[in-house]
Amino acid sequence: MNRVLTLLTTAALTALPTVAMAAGVAADDIKKQATNFPAIIMFVIFVGITLGITYWAARRTKSAAAFYTAGGGITGGQNGLAIAGDYMSAASFLGITGLVYGSGYDGLIFSVGWLVGWPIVTFLVAEQLRNLGKFTFADVASFRFAQTPIRTLAACGSLVTVAFYLIAQMVGAGKLIQILFGLPYLWAVIIVGVLMIVYVTFGGMTATTWVQIIKAVLLLGGATFMALMVLIKFGFSPEALFKAAVDIHPKKVAIMGPGSLITDPISAISLGMALMFGTAGLPHILMRFFTVKDAKAARKSVFYATGFIGYFYILTFIMGFGAIALIAGNTANPAENPFLDQALVAAGKDAIAAIKGGSNMAVMHLANAVGGEYFLGFIAAIAFATILAVVSGLALAGASAISHDLYASVFKHGKAAEADEMRVSKIASVALGFLAVGLGIAFENQNVAYMVGLAFAIAASCNFPVLLMSVFWKGMTTRGAFIGGFLGLISAVALVVTGPTVWVKVLGNAAALQPYDNVAIFSMPIAFIGIWLFSLLDNSARAAEDKAGFEAQYIRCQTGIGAAGAASH
Amino acid sequence: MSTDIIINKVRSNPKFAELVHKRNSLAFSLTIAVLVLYFGFILLVGYAKGFLATPIGSNLMTFGVPIGIGVIVGAFVLTGIYVRKANAEFDTLTAQIVEETK
Repeated sequence: MNRVLTLLTTAALTALPTVAMAAGVAADDIKKQATNFPAIIMFVIFVGITLGITYWAARRTKSAAAFYTAGGGITGGQNGLAIAGDYMSAASFLGITGLVYGSGYDGLIFSVGWLVGWPIVTFLVAEQLRNLGKFTFADVASFRFAQTPIRTLAACGSLVTVAFYLIAQMVGAGKLIQILFGLPYLWAVIIVGVLMIVYVTFGGMTATTWVQIIKAVLLLGGATFMALMVLIKFGFSPEALFKAAVDIHPKKVAIMGPGSLITDPISAISLGMALMFGTAGLPHILMRFFTVKDAKAARKSVFYATGFIGYFYILTFIMGFGAIALIAGNTANPAENPFLDQALVAAGKDAIAAIKGGSNMAVMHLANAVGGEYFLGFIAAIAFATILAVVSGLALAGASAISHDLYASVFKHGKAAEADEMRVSKIASVALGFLAVGLGIAFENQNVAYMVGLAFAIAASCNFPVLLMSVFWKGMTTRGAFIGGFLGLISAVALVVTGPTVWVKVLGNAAALQPYDNVAIFSMPIAFIGIWLFSLLDNSARAAEDKAGFEAQYIRCQTGIGAAGAASH
Repeated sequence: MSTDIIINKVRSNPKFAELVHKRNSLAFSLTIAVLVLYFGFILLVGYAKGFLATPIGSNLMTFGVPIGIGVIVGAFVLTGIYVRKANAEFDTLTAQIVEETK
């Protein structure tokens, strides 16, 4: 408590610029500390509020339905924000603005890809999930099939997707906190792991959803403010902003069009497929459709989410260009630019490459430039909160796959007592927390960016095909889904591992075994053709049962008759 | 009521066929629209980088910027079209089917 008070006092003192100015030389030191304290205080406030919510949620989280789906009591609007929160991860907040900062237009290509999965979710997945499932997307994928193989497949698909996404988030968290809060990487990773365990284990989906909603509102607010400040500085003229950016950027006018990010059409299409269909296969996102009361609310929530996310991505484009103009172009002479790493400037790097902390920090420096140190603190706290919230959602999805799909359905053949299932889910959450910290430490110095891409490729090549075909294709059989789904999963991982990024840059081999980093264009058809072919060849008794179950499933899918109740239990 | 009776009732209700037909044709046409919109954009990125990088008039703003943002807005609008139609038409049909099945 005393420490917190000291922190507050220090922050209050540094809020008076005259005091700091009068201190002359010492002002620099105070300034450096001031960068840390507001961020830490705001983060502590965020954590305090979310822990309060967790305490409140814990008292309501007594049943499995409450744990997995917040009892179905989330409204469409709330769920829209929570979905947007899950999706606007640190990877998109820091990564896309960083990409726009480094390459300009290329960042927009990613934003577009990340958004266009949402209409697909609306048209083909959201209502179907709500009408057919209860807790996890495996409920839907395995609706009319043999439980053991399909649940195993869906749980593998979920856990592998969650693992890669989680690694990317944990490493991002560690790096971010190291730079912004001055805390060691290890601490940061442990703080994230511990808080995540607390939210998920005690508060379940209710706490995770509200953490996500609060964060989404803060993030949208903060990003709106930054984009507005950038636009105000340039008199709301995009031309003026572009001109300032083109003048300072070493790639000059090339930042206004597609650049080196996409080298060939195959990669472009492949990346597009992973982003578009991967969204409809992310377990932590799909799980959110069970938190609302019916198909109508599910549909409404995706519509809101699409709006929020699209708006946010348009802001990232403005913020990225704003960062080029105001951060790289902060001073005419790079040697006097406070946002650049002077060692890199001295080594001859240009203003874009020499940014302190790397291009992912562009949006942070921008916060400082347009809103001062307190606003930087606010944005830093939001960025940390973002990681925390996304990580919690992932952990909950992973824990559900373990407890609901693997434990209750595969090992206990659907006969697990509810209390046991909940206990397993909590143990799984704690275990995933430890695993996340371990992975965060193990991957500290790895390139994180490809892992999110890999998570999307796997979601698009395993989870999505199985889900889609189970809902729409009568002819799918257990064997077809099982073989096709695993072929998609294995081929996506194998192709990414043998591609240039992992095989050469990560594993240090001389040449890649195959030239593509974006693999969905191969692995998705492998999954779909696998499902189709092995279903067609399947003449087993089980296959007849699978096909016979289609009509009842279809009627429930279309009308919601018999859908899992939504009332809180 | 047993599941079989429900299935038979719903199946023999002409409104069910109408619902399925209307919803599926809208969902599939809109899916195709999004695919055309997005992969059209991606093909431009892959095959017509020069076009996207062409300045509009004497500005720095290229054709790529409004097209890219247009795809984002377009995707949102298509989602809105589906939701509107589903709220108005499909939900009414569904409610009638559920009522008539009771």
